[in-house]
Amino acid sequence: MVTLEEIEKLAALARIELSDGEKQAFQKDVGAILEYVSSIKEASVGARGAPALSPALPVNVMREDTNPHESGRYTETLLRAAPQREWNYIRVKKVL
Amino acid sequence: MSINLKTLTIQKAHEALVKGEYSALQLAEAYLAEIAKKNKELNAYLEVFDDVREQAKAADAKLRAFHSPLSKGEKRTLGASQDLERPSSDAKGVQPRYEAAASARSGVVSPLLGIPLAVKDNILIKGRRVGAASKILEGYRASYDAFAIAKLKEAGAVFLGRTNCDEFAMGGSTENSAYGVTKNPHDARRVAGGSSGGSAAAVAADMALAALGSDTGGSVREPASFCGVVGLKPSYGAVSRSGLIALGSSLDCIGPIAKTVADTEILFDAIRGRDPRDSTSIKLKVKGEKLKVKDMRIGVPKKYVETEGIDKEVLQDFKTSLERMRQAGATVVEIELPQLRYALACYYIIMPAEASTNLARYDGVKYGLHREGADLLGDYLATRGEGFGPEVRRRILIGTYVLSSGYYDAYYRKAERARALIRRDLADAFRTVEVIATPTAPTPAWQVGEKKDPLSVYLADIFTVTANIAGIPAVSIPGGRSAGGLPLGLQLMAPYGEDARLLAAAALAEEALHKVQ
Repeated sequence: MVTLEEIEKLAALARIELSDGEKQAFQKDVGAILEYVSSIKEASVGARGAPALSPALPVNVMREDTNPHESGRYTETLLRAAPQREWNYIRVKKVL
Repeated sequence: MSINLKTLTIQKAHEALVKGEYSALQLAEAYLAEIAKKNKELNAYLEVFDDVREQAKAADAKLRAFHSPLSKGEKRTLGASQDLERPSSDAKGVQPRYEAAASARSGVVSPLLGIPLAVKDNILIKGRRVGAASKILEGYRASYDAFAIAKLKEAGAVFLGRTNCDEFAMGGSTENSAYGVTKNPHDARRVAGGSSGGSAAAVAADMALAALGSDTGGSVREPASFCGVVGLKPSYGAVSRSGLIALGSSLDCIGPIAKTVADTEILFDAIRGRDPRDSTSIKLKVKGEKLKVKDMRIGVPKKYVETEGIDKEVLQDFKTSLERMRQAGATVVEIELPQLRYALACYYIIMPAEASTNLARYDGVKYGLHREGADLLGDYLATRGEGFGPEVRRRILIGTYVLSSGYYDAYYRKAERARALIRRDLADAFRTVEVIATPTAPTPAWQVGEKKDPLSVYLADIFTVTANIAGIPAVSIPGGRSAGGLPLGLQLMAPYGEDARLLAAAALAEEALHKVQ
C-alpha cells in the first residue's frame, strides 16, 4: 500500500525523524490503516456531496482583528515557556 | 469522620456540605486518602496537586459565609443569583438554618462548591503542568485557564489532580500514554479504556467524585463504559474548546464523567456556554425537558450493531438493556442507517488530517521539549522524532498522506462528503425516534498489551465515532456486566443541540436498567 520511500517522504514533510526499524514498522501499520480507510472510496457520494443540512454545524470563524490587549502584557509568560531564550527573544538556529 | 465514598454522588455531597455534616476539607482528605491507597497500582493520576487542601479550605470559607446567621434584611448572594431573603415577619427568624432552608439553599450555593474533581491532562489550568501525556510537552505549564476550568473555578470546585490519557488523546486504552497505562479498577490486568482512561478510572475507583475528559471519537464514552461510569460527549460546540489541547478540531469536545446521569448533568451545566474565544461554541437552548418513558421511541440500527467484531456478551447485554427499556414502557424500533458503515473510515481520515495540522505547532521552539539537531530543520526533526510517541507519529503520517496533493481528493474530500451523508442519515432517523441506542464499545475492556496492532484498537471506536462525525450528543451509561464481571456500556445518541433530551432519556434508561428487581 505504501512504499518505504513514501514513508520517508511523509516523515520529511511532517518533520519527524524515524529510525530504520520504525520506517519498516510504520510502512506495515500505515499501509494497513490506509487500506482500511480506502473503503471510503466505495461511499456513493456524488460530485457535490450531500445537500447541506440545517442547522449546519458551527465552523471556525476568525474573529475580527480588533480590541488588542496592551502590548507586552503576556510577553513574559509566553517567553518563559520557550526552551531557549535570549533577552526578549526566542532563540533559534540561523535560518538563512 | 468517615464518609462513604462508594455511594457518594455530587448531589449527596452537596447536601452534606451545605448542612455542615462534613467540610470540603474532610471530603478532599477522604479522596486524597483513597488516591494514596490506589493510584500506585491504577496510575489514574499523573499528578495530584499539592494545594488540594488549600482549595478545599477556600471552599469551606465560602460555605461558612453561607452558614453564618443572616442579619435582618440581608441577602445571600453566594453562587447563583437567587434571592434568599427571609420575610421579616418570619417568627423563627434564621434559626432552622440547616434543615428547612437546605433545599432552597441548594439552588443558591453552586452544586459544585467544594466538590473534588479530576481533570484530564489535556485541559489547561493556569500555572499548572499540563502535557497531554506526551514527552513533547515536558515541563510545560499552562499560561491560561480553559473556559471549562474557569467556569469550575467560579463554581468553587476542588481540583484533585491531572489524569492520565493516551498521548494527545490518541487511543482507546491509555496504552499510548508516555507515562504508563492506566489500569481498570474492576480488573487491574485490563485497560481502563481511553483516551480519558485516567478520568474514568479515578471516578470508578472513588479517587474523584467526577471528572473532565475529552471526546474526539469516543474518548469519554469508551472509558466510561469500560469502568462502569457515566460519560457524556455533548453536542459539538456546547462546551468551549478554549484551553483544550487540540486533536481533531471539528470533532473535539470536553465532556463530563460521573457516577450518575444526574451528576453528569450537574457538571455539564457548569461548563457549557458560549465563549468568545471559541467561535464554534454555542449556547444550548435547554428547556425543561420532560421526557416520559412511554413517549420514548428508541431507534436501534440493527445491521450496524450486529457487526462481525461484536462480542457475544456485549450483544446479549445490549438486548437485555433494550428489553428492560421496553418493560419500562419505551418503544424500541429498528432503523436503517446505511451510511454508518463508512463512519469509521471517514473518522480515521478526518481526525488524522486535523491532528497532523494541529500538531505542527510542537516544534521545540515555543514551549516543551527541545532536542538539538545540526541546523534548525534538524532541531525540528529531532524534537518531534523523540517527543512524539509511535501512535502520534503514525497518525501524523496518515494525516499528511490523506492531505497530500495526490491523495486529497481520494481521501479527505471524499471523507468530508461521506460525513455529510452520515449526518443526513442520522437526521432522517431522528424524525421518527427520540434517541438512537447502540452498545458503547463492541467488547469489554481488553487486557493490557493484548492488542498489538493499531488497526484493531481503532475498530473499538466503531460505535462512538459516529456522534463526533455528526456533531451530535451521545452518552454512555452502565449496562450489565460480562461473565468475568467487567462493566458493559449502553450508548444513547440524540439530535444536534438536544443534549437536554439526551440526558433525560439517559436518566430514564438508568432507572430502567438499574431498578432493584
